[in-house]
Amino acid sequence: MAEIQIKNVAKRFGSYQALHDINLTIADQEFMVLLGASGCGKSTLLRIIAGLETATTGEVWIGGRRVDHLSPKDRGIAMVFQNYAVFPHLTVFENIGFGLRMQKLPDAEVRRRVERTAGLMHIDQLLKRYSGELSGGQRQRVAVARALAMEPDVILMDEPLSNLDALLRLEMRAELKGVLAESNTTAIYVTHDQVEAMSLADRISVMHEGRIVQAATPVEVYRNPAERFVAGFIGNPPMNFLPANRLEGGRWQVAGQTYNGPATANGAVEFAIRPEDITPSDSGLPAKVRLVEPLGAHLLVTCDVDGSMFRAILESDLNVKAGDMLALAPQTDRIRWFDPQTSLAVA
Amino acid sequence: MTASATDIIETPADTRKSGQFLYKASVVFLCAWVIVPLYFLLINTLSSPEAVNAFPKSFIPEFDLGSLAFFANFAGILTALKNSVLVAALTMVMSIAIGAPAGYALSRFEFPGKGLFRLLILLTRAFPLPLLALPLAVMFIRTGPDDTAFGLALVHTTLAIPFAVLITFSLFSGIPIELEEAAWTLGCTRFTAFTKVVFPLILPGITASAIFAFVISWNEVFAAAVLTIENRTLTAFLLQNLDTSPLHLKFAGGFILIVPALIFIFAVRKYLFAMWGIANR
Amino acid sequence: MNPRFLPYLLILPVTLFLCLFFLYPFLLVAKQAFSTASGLSLENFREVTGYWKFPISMKNTLLLAAIVVPIQLALALLMATMVNRMQKGRDLILYIWTIPLGISDLAAGIIWLAIFEQSGFLNSMMNGLGVVDRPVNFLSYQHPMIVFVAIMLAEIWRATAIMLVILVAGIGLIPKEYYEAAEVFGASPWKRFLRITLPMLRPSLQTALVLRVILAFEIFAVVQALGGTLFPVLMGETYAYQFELLNGGAAAAMALIILGISIAFTLIIMRALRVPKGATI
Ligand SMILES: Nc1ncnc2c1ncn2[C@@H]1O[C@H](COP(=O)(O)OP(=O)(O)OP(=O)(O)O)[C@@H](O)[C@H]1O
Ligand SMILES: [Mg+2]
Repeated sequence: MAEIQIKNVAKRFGSYQALHDINLTIADQEFMVLLGASGCGKSTLLRIIAGLETATTGEVWIGGRRVDHLSPKDRGIAMVFQNYAVFPHLTVFENIGFGLRMQKLPDAEVRRRVERTAGLMHIDQLLKRYSGELSGGQRQRVAVARALAMEPDVILMDEPLSNLDALLRLEMRAELKGVLAESNTTAIYVTHDQVEAMSLADRISVMHEGRIVQAATPVEVYRNPAERFVAGFIGNPPMNFLPANRLEGGRWQVAGQTYNGPATANGAVEFAIRPEDITPSDSGLPAKVRLVEPLGAHLLVTCDVDGSMFRAILESDLNVKAGDMLALAPQTDRIRWFDPQTSLAVA
Repeated sequence: MTASATDIIETPADTRKSGQFLYKASVVFLCAWVIVPLYFLLINTLSSPEAVNAFPKSFIPEFDLGSLAFFANFAGILTALKNSVLVAALTMVMSIAIGAPAGYALSRFEFPGKGLFRLLILLTRAFPLPLLALPLAVMFIRTGPDDTAFGLALVHTTLAIPFAVLITFSLFSGIPIELEEAAWTLGCTRFTAFTKVVFPLILPGITASAIFAFVISWNEVFAAAVLTIENRTLTAFLLQNLDTSPLHLKFAGGFILIVPALIFIFAVRKYLFAMWGIANR
Repeated sequence: MNPRFLPYLLILPVTLFLCLFFLYPFLLVAKQAFSTASGLSLENFREVTGYWKFPISMKNTLLLAAIVVPIQLALALLMATMVNRMQKGRDLILYIWTIPLGISDLAAGIIWLAIFEQSGFLNSMMNGLGVVDRPVNFLSYQHPMIVFVAIMLAEIWRATAIMLVILVAGIGLIPKEYYEAAEVFGASPWKRFLRITLPMLRPSLQTALVLRVILAFEIFAVVQALGGTLFPVLMGETYAYQFELLNGGAAAAMALIILGISIAFTLIIMRALRVPKGATI
């Protein structure tokens, strides 16, 4: 059992507040992805969990044990680093067996575990090589194998795939998911790549400027962003936003059209819709086409609606060109609303 | 007039060719500038004492070991040689043992007072240190290590420490902190991470900077002359006998002084530049 | 143990060592320089500056530095740029050019003694060419210019290497993109040197010059080997006060004077080659 609890963790670097009051619980054997833009504090949080950085305030609990005063080696964790950190003076075998040797396991046991994890990661051919003789992808595999060989309760990964080329990243992503699902470990995975996050995660924690703004399943994060930031961050291209004015009885006027919306007291909210939840129709948001980008199966159409930029993903057999006027109808059950004051979603 | 006219309308290919020639000639000249004086010393060393004092000189060594034999038999010189080695070895060990931890601290930690500490180190490097031998001579007489290899090694260590600190600093900085962090997450303490990961990686560089410390001590003249009286080092011995000793002794002595330096510079050549690259920040 | 104290623990040995063997003796020198039988006074300074040899040795030291250091700087820059564009044999050429780095000033003096002494190679060569029929005693009071030139050459020969190493390391740190960009804009090699290499090299130039100038003021053994008393320099006078005149106070005063000059020049160089904050690579 290795549930991870992060309670009120904050971190300052001098006068810079890198993390604000983080609270997060990660269930046993859950695959949690920390997602956020560069510099938002993902690595800092991960390193605090690992014990490589000490939190300014707050507590970290792993498997029901408070660990924030323990050194990394006593926390039952293993970590995979962005630049792999494969020891250059040791062979692949000794790299994978490094942690086991530190635990003073008998030679036979070390050999058994190294060979098993090396097999899992398909690097059993490379055991005698040094890291200088490996490709980036192979080094990556060694780093993962080294962490897995420890049979840790928790495995922490900081952008482990970001140094690989796109194709290899795709391949490793699938492999990693399979291997980790079998190993029954709790995993925390840092990335700024939302596709990677979506495909790997049981749950995603979206971070923004040192805060966790939403922690939910990938579908939930995508469909029901809790904050305007999440809506504008997730999805490629992200959600469209338009100002909405209150009419009578929970109805809102958006670019001359009326839609059913939240019954809040606010005089104004923001209307949001994903580009793929839009279809051209006879009546809809009046849009002036600015740019048409064919994406193969679809067209990415950038328009001007009510003076704001507005993107729609439309069927590629549609005949549109810059300058055309379209009426774009949002799929009404996919419309989301945000309070411009608090940035929070309103329903 | 015609000659200068053709000079002016030289084609680019010609300029490049003559530029290439000038470049190669300068490289050769500069190599000769370094090597030829060394060669002259070699001739003198490998000649009999008579040939060394004769005139005119031959420009080819006669491969006579007379001068070196004279050197080896000269009273006190072998002891001086032994002292030089001893002092240099002590300096080497002490400067690394004391300097490397500080180099590690500078490369791995941000701490209040770091700037001040670096300043102290740089100040030491920018200081005519041998001058400090004067009061130290008095201090050593009072406390014991006067006229000993150990006492002189202490002064030479002061001389070598700024280099040891800055060089090890740049060496440690060259080892990614992630390697250490990876070791910590794999069950190492700070100390075992150092011995199992950092130390094996740093060893060649540490050897090079140890050798650098050795050469600094081996070559030092002023403090050696001030601090040793009975237990002269080779440099101090040669300096003291400069006016009185015969030429062939000087040359053989000079030669012996140079040999280890040549080998050492060869051994550390790979690190020479890396050391200064970061160390001069 | 609290990890906050670890860096301090690591720098403790160096700090203690330097306090004991650097700061403390420095205070002792200062105290000795300012104290005489009658208490604190400038008597020692008055004595050494009033001595007839003082202006000469001061002039000699400064003149030597003023001539040697610029030549070395130019030579080192030339060599560094030559090495930089070298493809084949770079390592070998660099090794040869840095050989003098490991050679002590005493050994360098002895090497050039082999050339300039009465039965030396210069005389032999001139004799072979028929320029002279009898060997000339170059290193005597009749030829002060030649003594000066010999010392100068020995210094240039010996100590250009240290500047070369620092500059080569510094040039290695300049990203190649700058040169490529300049080439795209059509800058000639000379322009590239002036506009990119020199400005970007400022930190290294600073280090190299400070180190060289300080060492130039400490010149001692080369002079002892080649000129002896013919060419008094500050450090030689300090040595003489300590050993021949057994006047520790005067030696200490001399040491402080050398230190003062060193610090003054260090500050001047640092100021002249100041690197604006944030303008480093
Ligand atoms: N040792 C440190 N000293 C000072 N500031 C730091 C330190 N480490 C991180 N920071 C700052 O804290 C913030 C968060 O850094 P962190 O490394 O956690 O970002 P990240 O989300 O991992 O970004 P990336 O995706 O680029 O890796 C950044 O603004 C960074 O500048
Ligand atoms: Mg990061």
